[in-house]
Amino acid sequence: MPLDANLDPRTHEFKVVGTRPLRPDGVDKVTGRAKFGADANAPGMLVGKILRSPHPHARVRSINTAKAAKLPGVKAIVTRDDFPASVDPSLRDVLYNVMAREKALYDGHAVAAVAATSAAVARKALKLIQVDYEILPHVTDVDAAMKPGAPILHKDMITENVEPAPKKASNIAGRHEFGHGDPEVGFKQANHVVERVFKTEATHQGYIEPHACLASVGTDGTGELWVCTQGHFMVRDTCAALVGMDVSKLRVTASEIGGGFGGKTTVFIEPVALALSRKAGKPVKLVMSREEVFRASGPTSSTSMTVKVGVTNAGRITGGYAELRFQGGAFTGSPVVLGAMSAFACYDLEHVKVVGYDVVTNRPKQAAYRAPGAPMAAFAVESVIDELAKKIGMDPIELRLKNAAKEGTKSSYGPKYNSIGLIDCLEAARKHPHYSAPLGPNQGRGVAAGFWFNFGGQTCVSLNVNIDGTVALVVGTPDIGGSRASMCLMAAEELGIPYDKVRAIVADTSSLGYNDISEGSRVTFSTGLATINAARDAVTKLCARAAKIWGIPADAVVWENGHAKPSGPNAGNFEPLSLEDLAKKAAKTGGPIAGHCEVNADGAGVSFAVHMADAEVDRETGRVQIKRYTVVQDAGKAIHPSYVEGQFQGGAAQGIGWAINEEYIYGKDGRLQNPGFLDYRIPVASDLPMIDTVIVEVPNPGHPYGVRGVGETSIVPPLAAIANAVSAAAGVRMTQLPMSAPHVLKAMDGAKGGGARR
Amino acid sequence: MVQVMLSGPLKAAAGGRAEVEVEAATIHQLLSRLEKDHPKLKPLIERGVAVAIDGQIYRDDWLRPIPPGSEVVLLPRMAGG
Repeated sequence: MPLDANLDPRTHEFKVVGTRPLRPDGVDKVTGRAKFGADANAPGMLVGKILRSPHPHARVRSINTAKAAKLPGVKAIVTRDDFPASVDPSLRDVLYNVMAREKALYDGHAVAAVAATSAAVARKALKLIQVDYEILPHVTDVDAAMKPGAPILHKDMITENVEPAPKKASNIAGRHEFGHGDPEVGFKQANHVVERVFKTEATHQGYIEPHACLASVGTDGTGELWVCTQGHFMVRDTCAALVGMDVSKLRVTASEIGGGFGGKTTVFIEPVALALSRKAGKPVKLVMSREEVFRASGPTSSTSMTVKVGVTNAGRITGGYAELRFQGGAFTGSPVVLGAMSAFACYDLEHVKVVGYDVVTNRPKQAAYRAPGAPMAAFAVESVIDELAKKIGMDPIELRLKNAAKEGTKSSYGPKYNSIGLIDCLEAARKHPHYSAPLGPNQGRGVAAGFWFNFGGQTCVSLNVNIDGTVALVVGTPDIGGSRASMCLMAAEELGIPYDKVRAIVADTSSLGYNDISEGSRVTFSTGLATINAARDAVTKLCARAAKIWGIPADAVVWENGHAKPSGPNAGNFEPLSLEDLAKKAAKTGGPIAGHCEVNADGAGVSFAVHMADAEVDRETGRVQIKRYTVVQDAGKAIHPSYVEGQFQGGAAQGIGWAINEEYIYGKDGRLQNPGFLDYRIPVASDLPMIDTVIVEVPNPGHPYGVRGVGETSIVPPLAAIANAVSAAAGVRMTQLPMSAPHVLKAMDGAKGGGARR
Repeated sequence: MVQVMLSGPLKAAAGGRAEVEVEAATIHQLLSRLEKDHPKLKPLIERGVAVAIDGQIYRDDWLRPIPPGSEVVLLPRMAGG
């Protein structure tokens, strides 16, 4: 619900919002003064290291730590026995993932941990821990894991949402169906029906900063944790439950964060560091190596998907069907539900059905990765849409425009849309010079659309007016994308003061009320909404203070351009009082002035994007290069346009890596073969063209300024846009990611032999 | 009475019914009645759901009023990255 119904973001003249000032954390980050997770230190600190299973699937018969414990310098060892045998069911898998119990379920699963006086001693101690494993058969491929006779990870896993319930355990945790109408009816109305099978490999979020924390638990049972995370309140509550502490006794401070992208929305090493510190009676620092990040923190799912779509010669899509099979690692919870809900969300369809299967395999537990599940589903659906456009000889944007979801459309996942901006994005893309630019030899152009929900959540903000009229803004959502700058802009806009008079900090868990994680593209929306509310609360108090000084009623005072003023001639003739004037008088007129807001912000608007990519394929080697790339996306209202553009470009860059290079490669032994940036290749600057951006602004009615989340939608279309471009350039439909040189060469060779043409 | 459309696993838990009718003025009342009328929905509601009212998705807003005649859809709980 709009907080201020009179403010129309399309016509309102913002003074500060929409400008591009420097970010407040910029100097610290470029000079090395910013403190990241591994920069925390404490007197007497120990070094923690984790012993990990080398086997993808093995029963842990016993763990003998006696020799390691005797090593000089070893101060504490923890195993499964140091954690509760049972916890709240919602945390059971989290605990099992943090420290293996009866079985190690993937290569890299933690089985024990050591705290020692040096890294060398800790490493030596890990080698002295004897683990007796009974090696079990394993499975890492999603299709293989679904077959009868596959090695079963959990003997109690009975597929949910199937009637009658299966009698035997399997690796299929659940079946999830969405849609309306009957696609078979739709296919009968079509002139052309295309059905294809697609596969994508697991990719890692690839944040530059590995997981890191420093835990310190005192003999009185109170503890502190400094940690690199997207949500320190979540870390506090989860860790308190997993190590058996009162929430009030654990204080968590979030460090600066070197990237998260969803991968830092859970705990991995933090409960282990706390357990070690408690046992040793000293602070313990635990930092993952890059290899550990790859082997034991969450990548996203690998997938196998079947998509079938029908279209008439006139370009009406008559029906859509998809079966999505996502493996989410060793525990239930792949993002297949979100993939299924978003697969056809861009289209206005009478007949649509998506069935998703959540599958477990012997891989690390997946973690959220930017619009979890949506990029893979969009890859499959948007590839088939592209193929159908070619079949009927229609421009691919025109085909999408003819079928685009708009206000009032019943979405494929259930509700009708309110105000949305897909058509605006498609039209902006079609008008962009990129779309009509000539292509060179061996080049192809691809377009794709994408959708993401965006979320809100629990948020608490305090805004303190300082004695000199500057403002301290206290938020509880870690800044993963320049949010402090955006919050300062919104506070300055409301208060009517310059941007550089507001300074934002991310407070620790004992200094502010609960805040949900910085995830789901929620921070500019929900922390922004809370910041606006807190500023309006402060303005009410500032006006009341001016009214007291003037001896007039509070409602006879208005706030304009950073000043309290009498509301009109009848209110009296008083010189306006600035924020600075009122701040100076605060101590003598009633004490500190602060604004607050506690809210569970709902009403985040969904958003859409359209991407265009030009790919060039080397016909000798199969190497793909992205020559030009344009992102068009609805931001609702861009608070700081540079950071909105940065989110657009970041999503595209990660999508380019996912599309053409990145993949988890498992050997037949079930071990990850490429746990490092040399063999798992994320794009570097020289791999990328300048990524052009167009900000579309269709206001979200659920936010006072019209803000929609922007962080995730931008990674939804790239896989499909690039696949469509490469398919056009290579002359063969690419149905498997990544489109690395060997895969593209193989596809082109296969096409020569009569394989799938584009 | 509120017509509630069920999607995904929630539809399966309600015996395959795509739409049910309950007396409710708020999201909290809606969820309580659904748990009572359809016991198989209870564990799913406890695990977390979202409610869309006229296209706007609410994940935790129990006290949100449901205007008469509005479109209400019960969805699985969602989270992003």
